[in-house]
Amino acid sequence: MSEKKLGWKSLSIGGYLLEPGSAMKYKTGDWRAFKPVIDQKKCINCLLCWIYCPDSAIIRLEKYVEVNYDYCKGCGICANECPVKCITMVEEER
Amino acid sequence: MGKVTGLTGNEAIAYAVKQCNVDVVAAYPITPQTIMVEVISEYVYNGEIDAEYVCVESEHSALSACIGASLTGARVFTATASQGLALMHEILYVASGLRCPIVMGVANRALSAPLNIHGDHSDMMGSRDCGWIQIYAESPQEAYDWIIQAFKIAEDHRVLLPVSVNIDGFILSHSMERVEILEDGDVSKFLPPRKPFITIDPTKPITVGALCLPDYYFEVKFQQIQALKESFNVIREVNAEYETLAERKYGFLETYAMDDAEAAIICLGSTAGTAKAVAMDLRSKGKKVGVIKPWVYRPFPEEELIKAVGDVKAIAVLDRACSFGAPFNALCSDIIATLYRHGKDLRVFNCLYGLGGRDITPNDLKIIFEEALEVAKTGKVKEYVKYVGVRE
Repeated sequence: MSEKKLGWKSLSIGGYLLEPGSAMKYKTGDWRAFKPVIDQKKCINCLLCWIYCPDSAIIRLEKYVEVNYDYCKGCGICANECPVKCITMVEEER
Repeated sequence: MGKVTGLTGNEAIAYAVKQCNVDVVAAYPITPQTIMVEVISEYVYNGEIDAEYVCVESEHSALSACIGASLTGARVFTATASQGLALMHEILYVASGLRCPIVMGVANRALSAPLNIHGDHSDMMGSRDCGWIQIYAESPQEAYDWIIQAFKIAEDHRVLLPVSVNIDGFILSHSMERVEILEDGDVSKFLPPRKPFITIDPTKPITVGALCLPDYYFEVKFQQIQALKESFNVIREVNAEYETLAERKYGFLETYAMDDAEAAIICLGSTAGTAKAVAMDLRSKGKKVGVIKPWVYRPFPEEELIKAVGDVKAIAVLDRACSFGAPFNALCSDIIATLYRHGKDLRVFNCLYGLGGRDITPNDLKIIFEEALEVAKTGKVKEYVKYVGVRE
């Protein structure tokens, strides 16, 4: 998340975005104050977190789920909805 | 060379716009600018220019339509005054932020309340930080000349900023004067079709006006700060090229009788004409007074001002818009800031005048000159802000 940000000389004029679909490149994960940490031993792969995640930041794997920290803003909805309480919100260290 | 004709300020601007081969005009009529867009709409109706005239329901929409048109690569003009400019306020910042080289004619008029349709600078001064290049003309001739130069300055890729050309409402907008107009072909040669740096095109999608958060907003705004700095060179170049074409010399400011002046008046727009006449009269009586008239108000021409001020000992700065509650009104604040920054220690006082179109007479200016001479002699300012002619 700590990629080097462009200065005024390198930015396109007026903040124009010159290629479509570039929102993918914006890693909103660095907005996060708390990060969800999944205890994969407890995860029952019910996918409720995957359904509820407003940022599509839950990655489905065969037996459990993972968090895409590039885009997870740390809202905590997944932790709140998890029926087995396997997701803990841990404060980000900066 | 061109020919001589009689035009009002509004007509002179409309005529210049016609010669500049604009592609799109979106404007809403408002006194005292109405005739500007009326004449342009006639040109479009008569087929004298191949332009799209967009009838809109407000100035907010007018400038919004202009931005859309400008993004397609079109050469765009709009015009407004007073409440109209105030209604555009939000979009003024969008136009400069999106780097749209729109040119706008403004027939300066007072702002409500109380309702008043006459000339003062409250409208443009109220939006002076909108990031536009701002030019004040003294006569219909200057308005005509600046409009043609404005497109060239605005569209230069080193600048890409909108430009407003201001004329005093009624005093210039409705007064017919001698105007020398150029040949159409000469204007076309001076101002070739616009070459946009990028255009919106469905086959090559781009995003314009995207959300820009704290991590990038400042950098984009800094680009504008740099563009305004760059515009100094561009304005200089355009002025020089225009001089060879029209044989009329423009710059950031005009000086009159400043060579050995002890006291000076600095003012914008038509008032400078009266001030020059009064200065000429006082000069004939041996009083060393001069006049400085900034043409370009934004970017503020600091270096040129310092050079113009020379060895003057006292300056009266005339403001035609009130900065309520401020230590000085807008132009005077900029002058004092410039003098301070360049280590010039001389006496300055501010005269607020002509609000709501109240005339400033030669006698008013004579009194101001005499006070400035007195300040130059004694080195003491009696009153830092004067309110010319206001009744108790």
